[in-house]
Amino acid sequence: MGTKDNAVLDQGFDGIEPMVFESQISVPYSWWAGDTATYFLKGLRDEKKIRALKCTSCGKTYIPPRKTCPVCFVPNTEWKDLSGTGTVQSFTIARRQLAAISKKVPVIYALIKLDGADTAMLHYIEGISPEKMKIGMKVQAEFAEDRKGTIQDIAFFKPVKEV
Amino acid sequence: MDKAAIIGVGMTSIEGNKVRDTFADMAWEAVNKALDDAGMNINDIDNVITTSNDFWDGRTISCMAVGDASGAAHKNVSCVEGDGTFGAFYGLTRALSGSYGTTLVTAHTKGSQSVSSLITNAAFDPIYERSLGMDMISACAMQANAYMNRTGITSEQLALVSVKNHGNAKKNPLSQMPLDITVNDVLKSEMISDPLHKLDCSPVSDACCAIIIANEERAAKHKGKPVWIKGVSFCSDAFFFGDRDLSRAPALEQAAKKAYAMAGIKNPMKEIDTAEVYDAFTYQELMWLEGLGLCADGESGRLLEKGEFAIDGRLPVNASGGLLSGHPVIAAGLIRIAEIVKQLRGEAGKYQTKNPKTGVAHGVNGLCGQSHCVWVLGKDK
Repeated sequence: MGTKDNAVLDQGFDGIEPMVFESQISVPYSWWAGDTATYFLKGLRDEKKIRALKCTSCGKTYIPPRKTCPVCFVPNTEWKDLSGTGTVQSFTIARRQLAAISKKVPVIYALIKLDGADTAMLHYIEGISPEKMKIGMKVQAEFAEDRKGTIQDIAFFKPVKEV
Repeated sequence: MDKAAIIGVGMTSIEGNKVRDTFADMAWEAVNKALDDAGMNINDIDNVITTSNDFWDGRTISCMAVGDASGAAHKNVSCVEGDGTFGAFYGLTRALSGSYGTTLVTAHTKGSQSVSSLITNAAFDPIYERSLGMDMISACAMQANAYMNRTGITSEQLALVSVKNHGNAKKNPLSQMPLDITVNDVLKSEMISDPLHKLDCSPVSDACCAIIIANEERAAKHKGKPVWIKGVSFCSDAFFFGDRDLSRAPALEQAAKKAYAMAGIKNPMKEIDTAEVYDAFTYQELMWLEGLGLCADGESGRLLEKGEFAIDGRLPVNASGGLLSGHPVIAAGLIRIAEIVKQLRGEAGKYQTKNPKTGVAHGVNGLCGQSHCVWVLGKDK
C-alpha cells in the first residue's frame, strides 16, 4: 500500500463515495417432483382431482401429500380423493406489492383445511371482497382452464355460497 | 450439564445500511469487541463457530467467508445455517466436549444487500407452495390472524408492543430505530399484510454479534465477568404450515420446559427477571412470551397494557428495543443472548433492568417460529 492510500485511510473515509457492486444469484434449478407429488399434480392437471395421502398407522390424511408420515415415521400408503371443499383456518390480505407476489395486490392468501384432510394447504382466495374474509368460512376449489401440472392448476378457492 | 459461561460479548451497531462494512468488516469489529470484553486475545480461542445463511449473503458456503476476520485461521472452525442462538448451542456443546475450553461464536447479516421478500419466499416448498408468492411477512400475518382469532389479542395490544420497544430503543445507542410513537401511529401506518401494519414489522438491518463461551475451568482464567449458562434447549415443529396449529407454539413450549428443567426453574413467571424474545413482528413478542411460560396463554396483551413488560415492570421484555428496533436476521438471536449477558452483569446502561439474577434469551429459525432455541442465563454459578 502506497503512502497516498495510507493518507486516505487516516482521513477515516470522510468524503469517500462507498462503492457498491451490483450482482444477483441466478442459477437454473430443476426440482424432480418425486413420484408422490407427480401423482398429485397429474391428478390436478388431468382429472381436476385433489388427492391426499393417508398414514395407515395414525390415520392422519396429509395434504399436500408426502411420502412419509412425519409423526409416525412410516410410509403413507393410502391415497384419498378429496371433494375440493374446505374451511379457512387463517388468512391474510397482502396489500403491499412485495417482490415475491406475482399477482396484483390485494391478494388473499389462506390456509385451507380441506374436508377429509387433517392438515391444511396454502392457496389463494378469490371471489370475495377482502373485508368479508373470515376464519372458519367454507370455500371450494376453482380449477384453472389451462392446467400445466402445478399447484396453480387450482386457480384459487372461492367462498361456498350459503344455502 | 457441566458448567459453562459466556465470558465475552461484542456487537456492531445495528443499522439499516452499513454501507462501509463488508460481512468480514462487521465480524472483525464484533469479534475484537468480544475479545476485549473477555480480556482475551485470539490465541485464547480454541475453536470458532460462524453462523450465516447463503441466500442472505449472496454466496455459497457463506460461513467460511468470515473465518479469517473471525480469527479462525489454524483453528477448528465449523458453521451453522440459521439463527445465532443455534450457532451458540453448537458452540456450547463444543466447549463442553472436552476438546475445547473456549468457543467463539459469530453471526452476521446484511439485510440491506438483498430483497427479503424473495429470500423468504424461497423458504417455501418449491413444488407445492413457492409459486403462490408468499414470504415471511404474509406468512407471519397469517399466523398473527390465527393467534388473535384464538386468544382475542387486539391490534391495539400489538401496536403497544411497537410503542414499547421503539421507546426502549431510545436508551440503546446500538439500536437502529429509536422512535417516539403512539398506538395510533402504529395503527395508521401502512397496512402491509392484514393484520400487520408497517410499524408491526421489524426493519431490514445490518449487524454482527460475537460471543465467547468457556467451560468452567477456562471461565475462571479470564478477567471477564462470566454469565452462567443454566439451561438451554431447542425444539422444532413441522415444516408445512398446514400441519401445525399456527396459533400456538408447541415447539417453544417444549424447548422452554426443557431449558427451565435444566436450570432448576420451577416457576418461570416468578423466577425469570428479564427476557429478550424474538419480536420480528409485534404479535410474536406476545405469542412467544406465552409459549415461554412467562405469562398465561392469552394473557400477554392485558399484562402489557398494565406495564408489566416495561423496563421498570415486573418482567422487562426486550429492554434493548428488540428486533422491532433493528432486525439483522441471523445475528438476531445471538444479540438477544448478548443483551441478557449485559443485563445480568448490570452493564446495560440506560436500559438496565432492576437487579436481574436470571434471564431468558430466545431465538427462532424458520417461517412463523418453526423452531425455537431457549437460553436461561444466570448471574450466579
